[in-house]
Amino acid sequence: MTDATPGRAAKPPARRLKDLIYSEFFRTVIYQIALAGAVVLLGFYLYQNVVENLSRQNIATGFGFLKEVSQFEIGETLISYSSRDTYGRALLVGLMNTLSVSAAGIVVATVIGFSIGIMRVSSNWLLQRIALTYVEIVRNIPVILQVIFWAAVIRNLPAPRQALELWGLGFLSNRGLTFLLPVADPAHAWMLAALGIGIVAALIAARLARRHREATGRYIDMLWPSVGLILGLPLLTWLAFGAPHELSFPERQGFNFRGGATISPEFVALMAGIALYSSGFIAEIVRAGIQATPRGQVEAARSIALRPRFILRYVVLPQALRVIVPPLTSQYVSLIKNSSIAVVIGYPDLVNIGNTVMNQTGQAVEAIAVMMVVYLIVSLVTSIAMNFYNRLVAIKER
Amino acid sequence: MALATTEAAAPVRAYDPNARMSAGLWLKTNLFSSVWQTLLTLVVAAVVIRVLWFVLDWGVVNAVFYTTDPDVCRAATGACWAVIVEKHRPMLFGLYPYDQHWRLVLVMVIYLSTVVLSLWPRCWNLRFLVPLWIFAVGSIGILMFGGVFGLRYVPTSEWGGLPLTMLLFTGTVLIGMPIAVLLALGRRAPLPVARGVSVVFIESLRGVPLITILFVAVNVFPLFLPAGVEVNKLLRITVGIAIFFACYQAEVIRGGLQAIPRGQYEAATSLSLTYWQTTTRIILPQALRISLPAITNHIIAAMKNTSFVIIIGLFDILTATTAVMQDPLWRKFYVEAYLFVAAVYLFFGYALSRYARQVEKWIAAGRI
Repeated sequence: MTDATPGRAAKPPARRLKDLIYSEFFRTVIYQIALAGAVVLLGFYLYQNVVENLSRQNIATGFGFLKEVSQFEIGETLISYSSRDTYGRALLVGLMNTLSVSAAGIVVATVIGFSIGIMRVSSNWLLQRIALTYVEIVRNIPVILQVIFWAAVIRNLPAPRQALELWGLGFLSNRGLTFLLPVADPAHAWMLAALGIGIVAALIAARLARRHREATGRYIDMLWPSVGLILGLPLLTWLAFGAPHELSFPERQGFNFRGGATISPEFVALMAGIALYSSGFIAEIVRAGIQATPRGQVEAARSIALRPRFILRYVVLPQALRVIVPPLTSQYVSLIKNSSIAVVIGYPDLVNIGNTVMNQTGQAVEAIAVMMVVYLIVSLVTSIAMNFYNRLVAIKER
Repeated sequence: MALATTEAAAPVRAYDPNARMSAGLWLKTNLFSSVWQTLLTLVVAAVVIRVLWFVLDWGVVNAVFYTTDPDVCRAATGACWAVIVEKHRPMLFGLYPYDQHWRLVLVMVIYLSTVVLSLWPRCWNLRFLVPLWIFAVGSIGILMFGGVFGLRYVPTSEWGGLPLTMLLFTGTVLIGMPIAVLLALGRRAPLPVARGVSVVFIESLRGVPLITILFVAVNVFPLFLPAGVEVNKLLRITVGIAIFFACYQAEVIRGGLQAIPRGQYEAATSLSLTYWQTTTRIILPQALRISLPAITNHIIAAMKNTSFVIIIGLFDILTATTAVMQDPLWRKFYVEAYLFVAAVYLFFGYALSRYARQVEKWIAAGRI
């Protein structure tokens, strides 16, 4: 990092005391020692106060509470959990919920954001205006208001008996989103594995094709073979298992549904709120990215008779992604952080459960420290992953 | 421009980006350029008209604008704007004692006129602004707290609604901006320790959600103080939001600092200006001008972020509205109520961004 202000090189220490006091080197050192001292002293003073206050209020310290029994239930869990489990496990459940709602939110925000972003640069004036209106509205209403609004909408939906039917695929009611699901089958795990193998195989094949082209100059079109590998392998696996196609349809029964899968109202509301809010920002990022490729380049590519697919792949996308990826990363991170407002609508995310733990144990410092550290790690991992990807798409200069 | 006359005679019309397009040509290029585009335009227009028709039908034609009887609203097929008329006082003023609401109206008038005057370049004169703000802060303080001049004392725990949102927002910006400038300078300072402290502070606060900082302000900060010392909860929360805001703003200002050419520092040094003279008279004025668009974005974000206080139970406009919507008689009309709150945020956000665009124009024209 060459962060330092230029033009302030340190001089060697002077011989006389007066010179020493007025020398820049001496002052620089003194200022820094004073600053470091102040920070350390302040930290020590605050630490002393905390210890004193905690012992006066008879509050335990340390992270021992993580091993104690939590004695509260959680509405939604991805891993097995009961009130006899520990606080540590409760926080883990919260983290899993945070990650799942964020992952869903990122997918939805990306799909909507890219669609709206492309509409923003459409040559059709009407589409452009609609996209602009959408962006301005979702970006400028506080995300909390949006989440509370969607929660209220879902709470006021009809009960399962009069649920809104979604084209025969599922229902929307005040119990959340219920939809049909294939009945669990051992084939599914194998299909997932086949999908992974297909993706890896397609990547290897693409690399081989590229090496072949670089060695011989002959181009092998790998588009359809790749699609075949990625979709075909899972399909073959499915057929090999006798094509299990039984679907579990949700049916109205009493006050609830039977069959299918249900996503809770809180999850839907939180996901909708944070995803729509972020989609406005993502749309603007995408628009900037698309506009980063000058028109002349596309026209030039067309004039040397590149196929439209190659224009997109080798001319537009590399330049657009370079502009899109860094701000997109920070948008994803802020979406994950926005999921922490779950507590206003009662979705059991990390902060919500951390809050309960804090209220039960009284160990505010530790509970908040756990939340902060987890978010710091999540933010850090996301940005490292995205930086790695960014290095792949970044400009490569000789 | 002497060439213009000779060019006008040329047979090929020169490309003029400022030429007005004829309406027909505009329609053809922007809406009906090909068969597909025409089809797309027609389909989208049909959808837009349907939606607009629905909005008009629901929001105006069949809407109930004034009634004190929720059953009238229930009977209507359109929107019930009457809920806002009926509940506007608890929504706008929260928990503040009902008979004292006139004080908050006065506060908002003083606040808004002070802000508008301060944003007007003609008033940018310390001899005017300092007394203005002293008067504004003093009168708003007296009106909000009371306890003197026969006004009833109202503790901060009963403050609420739009005045609270404005107070949080103004406090965030006024406290946050100086911290942001210091952090940005610290991160660019020639002293490694100052750089280290700033980097760790900025990056760790930017990595956590605002809520955790609010939790710290409410639950942990009191533990930092020696026994017997207490700081008002509203103040703690405002400072918490302000520090969070400052960390984001510091990065923006750092971007502006990095854009200042080295020669500016060297010229200042050769005039034997000190570090603080260089910073306050040469570097910062330029850096803040450069980063103004991004600074505005974060200021608008700060206004939206004040709504996070719902989590720790402060009665800002959103919390107050959510509480009002628990009323079983009017609960059904939550859409109208939340639309109203959204409109308030949209209005202030739009006003801020329009003003910022105007300032950018003034900067471009060299006026400020």
